[in-house]
Amino acid sequence: MSLADQSVSPSARPLVKLSNIRKSFGSVEVLKGVDMAVQEGQVVAMIGRSGSGKSTLLRSINGLERIDDGVIEVDGECVDPSQIDLRALRLKVGMVFQQFNLFPHLTAGENVMLALKVVKKQDKAACRAAAEAALSKVGLGHKFDAYPSQLSGGQQQRVAIARSLAMAPKVLLCDEITSALDPELVNEVLSVVRQLAEEGMTLLLVTHEMRFAREVCDSLVFMHGGRIIEQGPPAELFDRPQTPELAQFVGMVEAR
Amino acid sequence: MYNFTLWDILSNLLLAARWTVLLSVIAFVCGGIAGILVLLARVAPLRPLRTAMKLYIELFQGTPLLMQLFIVFFALPLTGIETSPWTAAAVALTLFTSAYLAEIWRGCVEAVPRGQWEASASLALSYGEQMRYVVLPQALRIAVPPTVGFSVQVVKGTAVTSIIGFVEVTKAGTMITNATFQPFLVYGLVGLIYFVLCYPLSLSAKALERKLNVAR
Repeated sequence: MSLADQSVSPSARPLVKLSNIRKSFGSVEVLKGVDMAVQEGQVVAMIGRSGSGKSTLLRSINGLERIDDGVIEVDGECVDPSQIDLRALRLKVGMVFQQFNLFPHLTAGENVMLALKVVKKQDKAACRAAAEAALSKVGLGHKFDAYPSQLSGGQQQRVAIARSLAMAPKVLLCDEITSALDPELVNEVLSVVRQLAEEGMTLLLVTHEMRFAREVCDSLVFMHGGRIIEQGPPAELFDRPQTPELAQFVGMVEAR
Repeated sequence: MYNFTLWDILSNLLLAARWTVLLSVIAFVCGGIAGILVLLARVAPLRPLRTAMKLYIELFQGTPLLMQLFIVFFALPLTGIETSPWTAAAVALTLFTSAYLAEIWRGCVEAVPRGQWEASASLALSYGEQMRYVVLPQALRIAVPPTVGFSVQVVKGTAVTSIIGFVEVTKAGTMITNATFQPFLVYGLVGLIYFVLCYPLSLSAKALERKLNVAR
């Protein structure tokens, strides 16, 4: 399913819906009224140059950036600029970061269990079982007791994915999750993401891995200057860009 | 005239040194507890609270300990609160210590990378939970060496309380000098006692620093 299909079947209620999102840092307006909808099970990649606002947009979806205007809706949870308590929203939105951000004082297993214990108040056995399952899913069941400093970058990022997944989010946000990795470690992380996509997880990615975006995503969103200026199926965007900005971006990416 | 032996002098100094140690411990423990509260308010997501604590810290960092001691000792009785040299010394040193420790620890909390806050926030932890489970445990590791290092300042700071008549080791030294007319010997011993108290603290601060650096 792609964004193009949405207009044909307006009855389907999007899982994530952004309406007129605006955000400024000081006098610089980085998001200039962004509208976007993501259906359940869709895999959407946001592409664009650095500074185009794609990371800010992604981070606003779980309230890490406070928006100045507009409404974000995720599975019935609304966020607008006035909202302070984001707990309900964050229970539905997981996030994986470029720099992994594992808790260095906790083992891989403890990293995964922390929020299960503290936020979801699950008992010890349930936490442990869920953490083991999540780590196995990313192929790291045997690293339960390893500290982040004992893991490679790729392994750390997979633990971070497991940590988010264990909370059973409705949608997973991935903010350039392979950008801090050595080239030979990128694939192990991407194959986990690919597996999640195949299992029907709703994914929103900011990525520079164009080949991956093309192969895995249902839909691409091209951002430029704080706006979405093109969106649609990857093949269409890459092969027939409608705007000179996207044509230039595609040319730049493919020249690499 | 009575002749003071070296043991007479030293034993009296050591007796007084008990009060130096006790006052240091009280100032450090009470100051530490108060310091945690000041710290939490200093980094709280509430601007008025943060500003108030910033003023509190700057007040104690920006005035001499001696002034703080005078104010507690002479001004509190004016408000009707009886103050003995003991209480005045303990209160003033506690306040002084809390301000410095809060500021040291604030640096440690802020040294925890932003990504740790963001990752824990995105896991739906509340501010208090983020602090308790993610930020403070990491800040604590960074905080141990400078905290132990600061305890040396507290021990030496107790010397100032001699001025309001609290008989700790420095005051005892002055009194013994007045009786023996041997200032060089007496103050030399006083200095030695401070050194014996402080040097192990400095050493352990250094050792902890090394150990924690290796662990990372």
